[in-house]
Amino acid sequence: MSVYKLDARRLLCPMPVIRTQNKIKTLKAGDTLEVICTDPGVLQDIPAWCRINGHKFLSHETVDEEIILKIEVGED
Amino acid sequence: MSKQRKAVALISGGLDSLLAAKVLLEQGVHVEGINFYTGFCVEGHTHAIRKKGKDKVKRNNALWSAEQLGIKLHIVDVIEEYKDVLINPKHGYGANMNPCLDCKGFMVRKAMEWIKENNFDFIVTGEVIGQRPMSQRKDTMPIIARESGANDLLLRPLCAKYLPETKPEREGWVDREKLYDFSGRSRKPQMALAEKFGFSEYAQPAGGCCFLTDKSYSDRLVDLWKARDDDRNYEMDDIMLLKVGRHIRPKPHFKMIIGREDGENKFMSGYKKQFAHMYATSCVGPLVLIDGPATEEDLALAAQITARFSKGRTEPSVTVEVTDAHGVSKLLNVAPLKEHEILAEWQV
Repeated sequence: MSVYKLDARRLLCPMPVIRTQNKIKTLKAGDTLEVICTDPGVLQDIPAWCRINGHKFLSHETVDEEIILKIEVGED
Repeated sequence: MSKQRKAVALISGGLDSLLAAKVLLEQGVHVEGINFYTGFCVEGHTHAIRKKGKDKVKRNNALWSAEQLGIKLHIVDVIEEYKDVLINPKHGYGANMNPCLDCKGFMVRKAMEWIKENNFDFIVTGEVIGQRPMSQRKDTMPIIARESGANDLLLRPLCAKYLPETKPEREGWVDREKLYDFSGRSRKPQMALAEKFGFSEYAQPAGGCCFLTDKSYSDRLVDLWKARDDDRNYEMDDIMLLKVGRHIRPKPHFKMIIGREDGENKFMSGYKKQFAHMYATSCVGPLVLIDGPATEEDLALAAQITARFSKGRTEPSVTVEVTDAHGVSKLLNVAPLKEHEILAEWQV
């Protein structure tokens, strides 16, 4: 299981969601993706996207106005 | 046992697409949602750039709809491909710069490509005859089906009874008798159906889900193109910045984008490396981006306008830090323009 990072800073929703979705398509179940964002809308949208698409939203933290979200990739 | 058929539903985040997908789910069809992001979509988050309304929940209504329906949602970035739809609409524009008929045809065509790639059977939309003056008319609906290439694989469950049978109906994948005959601009039938399905909350954007239906946004877009010698190509940053700030064009070759509040100033600060910019340093005032090749003289005029929109507007002099397009900064002490000196024709 590997950890990957995705830079979605300065993008407004839904672009961080689209980038997350496209990145996750390339990963395996059990991998972890860390997404770095600046649009606070991701705090609603990425967990919602994970719920409806079968991925596990692990956590989020905000550091210097950057939001880091962690997602565990689910089975397709 | 018959094979479960698979449909992709175009989900905008509004009530009609929510209901159309639900009608199919009720008939046992496997439904997944698709949402196309053109860059012009009215998003709660785009509005949320402004501090006003920060207390409102920031959510993407398409994702929210999918969650209510319990279906997957695929969000597709079509920003690049959409440029041709906006710049060269075969069927022209609506009341503003909205190429609704071409746009719907484009989205259904993209959905058609998607179902082929993903082995789905047909496409569902929430269109209702007479709901929109351009794309949702009885005479234009067949155009969308034909030009998209979807033909009889395009099912509109909310007004299907007014339309010829589609393949999903003919083949018995869905029961036509359980589809609907909604028409016109009244929302009452949809609201009643929402209640029947137990949807108590849903988005109903007054002007549709696209900035291009908005007059002031369209005016800014036309102004942008005109200032670029009618070069209609655009970048994502262009269309984002049209949503933000007060736009003033003191001269044909440059425009000022003036933050109206902290949220916009903060958002615009991300563009400081790309644009000449300025702000008052002797008092509180907005961040201003300069779009276009401004001369020294232009920047001095822009500084006076910037001072006008600062808290020092009644002072004899305001200090403005001006950074040119090369990143070189200097301080200018300027007299704020008087209110009547900001000409009405400068406002975009």
